Amino acid sequence: MSSLSLEDVERIAALARLELTADEKHLFVRQLTDILTYAEQVQRIDTSGIAATAHVHPDQRVEREDEPRPSLGVAAALANAPDADADAGLFKVPRVIG
Amino acid sequence: MSTLPHTARAIRDAVAAGEVTAVEVCQAHLDRVVATNPSLNAFNTVCAERALAAAAAVDARRAAGDVLGPLAGVPVAIKDNLCTNGLRTTASSKILDTFVPPYDATVTARLEAAGAIVVGKTNCDEFAMGSSNENSAFGPVKNPWALDRTPGGSSGGSAAAVAAGCAPIALGSDTGGSIRQPASFCGIVGLKPTYGRVSRYGLLAFASSLDQVGPMTRTAADAALTMNVIAGYDRADATSSASAVPDFTAALTGDVKGLRVGVPRAFVSNGVDAPVLEAFDRAIATLKDAGATVVDVELPNAPSGIPVYYLVCTAEASSNLARYDAVRYGHRTTLAPGDTLQTMYERSRDEGFGPEVKRRIMLGTYVLSAGYYDAYYLKAQQVRTLLRRDYDEAFRSVDVVAMPTSPTPPFTLGEKTDDPLQMYLTDIFTVSANLVGLPAISIPCGFDAHRLPIGLQLTGRMFDEATLLRAADAYERATQWPTLASV
Repeated sequence: MSSLSLEDVERIAALARLELTADEKHLFVRQLTDILTYAEQVQRIDTSGIAATAHVHPDQRVEREDEPRPSLGVAAALANAPDADADAGLFKVPRVIG
Repeated sequence: MSTLPHTARAIRDAVAAGEVTAVEVCQAHLDRVVATNPSLNAFNTVCAERALAAAAAVDARRAAGDVLGPLAGVPVAIKDNLCTNGLRTTASSKILDTFVPPYDATVTARLEAAGAIVVGKTNCDEFAMGSSNENSAFGPVKNPWALDRTPGGSSGGSAAAVAAGCAPIALGSDTGGSIRQPASFCGIVGLKPTYGRVSRYGLLAFASSLDQVGPMTRTAADAALTMNVIAGYDRADATSSASAVPDFTAALTGDVKGLRVGVPRAFVSNGVDAPVLEAFDRAIATLKDAGATVVDVELPNAPSGIPVYYLVCTAEASSNLARYDAVRYGHRTTLAPGDTLQTMYERSRDEGFGPEVKRRIMLGTYVLSAGYYDAYYLKAQQVRTLLRRDYDEAFRSVDVVAMPTSPTPPFTLGEKTDDPLQMYLTDIFTVSANLVGLPAISIPCGFDAHRLPIGLQLTGRMFDEATLLRAADAYERATQWPTLASV
């Protein structure tokens, strides 16, 4: 049976880039343990020699010529940014390099 | 509703014949939206001016003698996870509450090119994650047949809007039942097309191997009409199919003689509410009376659908929702001096995503993480193959597989919100069509003693939506269940 610890939840949250509150972490310890315990029933199914479903239409051809096409202009691409420098054409984020 | 026509086909014909103007039709539906939205909360955004201008353009084209599109003057409601150029699109999430797309989803562009009039964007579970529409940052939607009940989810706003007469057509998206279950709960028709039949370009991605856009309507004929417009290859979606698209309206012969209907009796008999099972059995009897043959089939791996689904969809969601990084669009936390990029990501995402979305991102991240991938994700993908074999075997002897859409009638608001696993279990009959890519439709098949709608689900062969629509239309003609709720 799966049992997640608080440390497991904190490790996953860091991987998922989620800053959880203490209450959320405790709730997820319980709820994710419940869900994973339930989901473990799939491990009892014999799947030896069974290929994984990578795509429901495996024969579909997806290649096409790589042709330049019209795309969004800079102004439209920046229009929804929380912090942009429209003149310079940049998305702005906190300083990364000291 | 007024005396105006209220199916898409009747509206289209009346507008084309000049019996009514597109503006009159549009205004009547906008009035209905305004009258019902305070109680239903079906719409996140209503675009009255834009809609009336588009309707006026249809009337002008008709006056000029131009050829009108197959949905000219027909009001449509669009689920708020489908991009509409210049019209706010939120996925019912705080993280996108001010997002205005700079482009159209292919499906909305095709509807508008066919003359349809977008009246608004419908409420849904946040990023389409939910089965009751209670996971919306803009509050739950109410069921038009009973305001204390959920409309189902995640396309609950689309279903409620159609059942309440706000639009004869709504688009929904279906990842594990999100078109069919709300259609069932709201007493309307909902079709999840074959994976790849309809472009996903401009659909805010949840689980890319499962997501599919489809119509929600009050008649099978209107679903067919919508499919004629939205189905087909799109170079902007590499998973869209080049399979030929038939005229789905031509399939509606009203006849199911010789149709072989498979019933997975062992699967269907387990854990289903008595009124649902009774309505299901009556529906099967009706199809039989109409000339269909009923055959027992087995889907031995179908009971594993829920765990497989929640392993696959959360894994894909955790990857897809990584794009919400507070850089290019979406909510950004208020930064203090010295806050790092990492803090910006983590705090913005914590503030912007609701509880169910975080839960699924966490679960998906876990099942994909080192040491757990084989036991959960890979195993689930292998069981998916077994499930596909079950259906392949069933379709050797039948043309459609029949099940209830939901094991229960619409449940009460708040009933399952504290227990995510109980909420997940409500998807037992819908998830397998997504896992194997097959088309499936939910159609109204009666009401329980409290006058709550019940739905019948038919699953078809790959790319055979035409047979589903033919059966749905024939059943509808034989039963005539009411589909318009008087809110």
